[in-house]
Amino acid sequence: MTTSMVKSVTETTYKATTSGTDQTSGHNFVRHVLALAKRSLTKTLRTPEALIDVTVQPVIFLALFTYIFGGAIAGGSTGQYLQFLLPGLLAQSIAMAGVAIGQNLNADIEKGVFDRFRSLPIARSAPLVGAVVADFVRYLILCVITLGFGYLMGFRIETNVVAAIAAIALAIAFALCFCWISVWVGMIARTAGSVQGIMFLLVLPLSFGSNTYVNPATMPGWLQAFVEINPLSHLVSTVRGLLVGGPVTKDLLWTFGWMGVLLAVFVPLALRGYRRRA
Amino acid sequence: MTNIIEAEGLTKRFGKTQALAGVNLSAKAGTVLGVLGPNGAGKTTAVRVLATLLRADSGRATIAGYDVVKDAHKVRQTIGLTGQYASVDEDLTGTQNLVLIGQLLNLTTRDARARAAELLEWFDLSDAAGRTAKTFSGGMRRRLDLAASLVGRPSVIFLDEPTTGLDPAKREEMWEVVRRLVTDGSTVLLTTQYLEEADALADEISVIDRGKVIAHDTPDGLKRVIGGQRIEVQPTDITRLDEVNSILARVGGATPVVSGRNRLSVPVPGEESLPAVVSQLGAAGISVTELSLHLPSLDEVFMTLTGKATSAEETAA
Repeated sequence: MTTSMVKSVTETTYKATTSGTDQTSGHNFVRHVLALAKRSLTKTLRTPEALIDVTVQPVIFLALFTYIFGGAIAGGSTGQYLQFLLPGLLAQSIAMAGVAIGQNLNADIEKGVFDRFRSLPIARSAPLVGAVVADFVRYLILCVITLGFGYLMGFRIETNVVAAIAAIALAIAFALCFCWISVWVGMIARTAGSVQGIMFLLVLPLSFGSNTYVNPATMPGWLQAFVEINPLSHLVSTVRGLLVGGPVTKDLLWTFGWMGVLLAVFVPLALRGYRRRA
Repeated sequence: MTNIIEAEGLTKRFGKTQALAGVNLSAKAGTVLGVLGPNGAGKTTAVRVLATLLRADSGRATIAGYDVVKDAHKVRQTIGLTGQYASVDEDLTGTQNLVLIGQLLNLTTRDARARAAELLEWFDLSDAAGRTAKTFSGGMRRRLDLAASLVGRPSVIFLDEPTTGLDPAKREEMWEVVRRLVTDGSTVLLTTQYLEEADALADEISVIDRGKVIAHDTPDGLKRVIGGQRIEVQPTDITRLDEVNSILARVGGATPVVSGRNRLSVPVPGEESLPAVVSQLGAAGISVTELSLHLPSLDEVFMTLTGKATSAEETAA
């Protein structure tokens, strides 16, 4: 820290920064979100174990369910069960993959990293939106791994490429809406560990109380009613239709409706939780 | 002249704890305000209110004329904050940490990189620029944290206990940085538990205890109130302790007290007393193993100002 260095620091001039307006402009908001998303991604890639839930975990579930239950459920044909299971498992994995974002944000806040962001002239929502945008990459990995490993196990798309891409796009879009629940829980939970606990309490009934693993026809009436309104069921039906054929329109509309509801409810809740967290 | 930092009657309660009980603070542009107090006095809470991270229950505060609640966005464009716990991103490298802040301050990526390199060099972190902050030592982390708060060239800088936990050499380095910031025209609000640190850096000191400012003065003014410095002497030959005693009594104008093994201590009016003691010891031919000029400890300051020990002391007792 010599004097000459100090001089260079003080003498260098550059255009300082802040837009003349009071509020962050839309253009700046996008830049801030992308910079923060890049930060989240860098962190994820530096800790490969942060990708287990979108790589190893879906592969294990796919293998377990197909080979253990497949034969029993589908009367001896694991191949037939895989065609049924994979679209559902994709949706279930997505719901589980959303747990991590709340944990990470909670840990960031605990460590004081967010204090810095809060002291900067950026939109309050930018750090949260940035984290969600970065999760896009994780969900894309999840879809590619699930379909890729499924293909090796014998899964075949029975529709066409456009429908398959639409299925992946829909699954990712749903994930980006669903993960706001986790963001909200991350804001209000005391520790990163409790985020996981709370989220699993929510995700497990949603993923099993659905049409993911079996046809709900054999379930008791009250459970069938739950499966009927479960957002994951509609996502599963739509993705199933887009990958292996069948009607999709009604379930697609339901899915869009749920995506809207998730955003309308949990984005404001998450932002409020973030503001209140001192 | 108007104050660039101005706080009036700030209160904040967390559950049963009254963290701030009516805090007034002010600092003129281009000066260092030292906020001195023990753990739990409300220093960090006050900084968080001024830095727009926390809303006070009542009272008002302005930074460069902007209200911290109503014009929070303007305030954030003006300030830099270095928290008590270095809030660097452990999984990012030194460079990535600073470039991110630059981008969030709307610098172009190229400018953000240039600024990051400049600051890393200034803070002696160029060699570690490509390493993740997780591998940094405590001192390096503090420096990176401080660098991060300077990316946008803020005119008001909050430093919350910037040297707590640093060894003496690193502390000196940090002091140099603070002095340079002020030379560059910034205003610094610095919280500390050390009178020595406030004395070394601050133009004015606010002493805070249990959420209240209990004294505000220049370092010299404060030292006059709390009895100024003390000279401590330990003679090599302990049989001459009595002679040392009379020299100290003469210079200090008070009865010296035993302040350790074979060591005497007396309050003195100012720095000029030190050469007087040295020349009289020399004239009497008394050699010493230790001779030092001390500021009163924070505990002594609180003793004098409040008539009781610091809250921390009390809970410990």
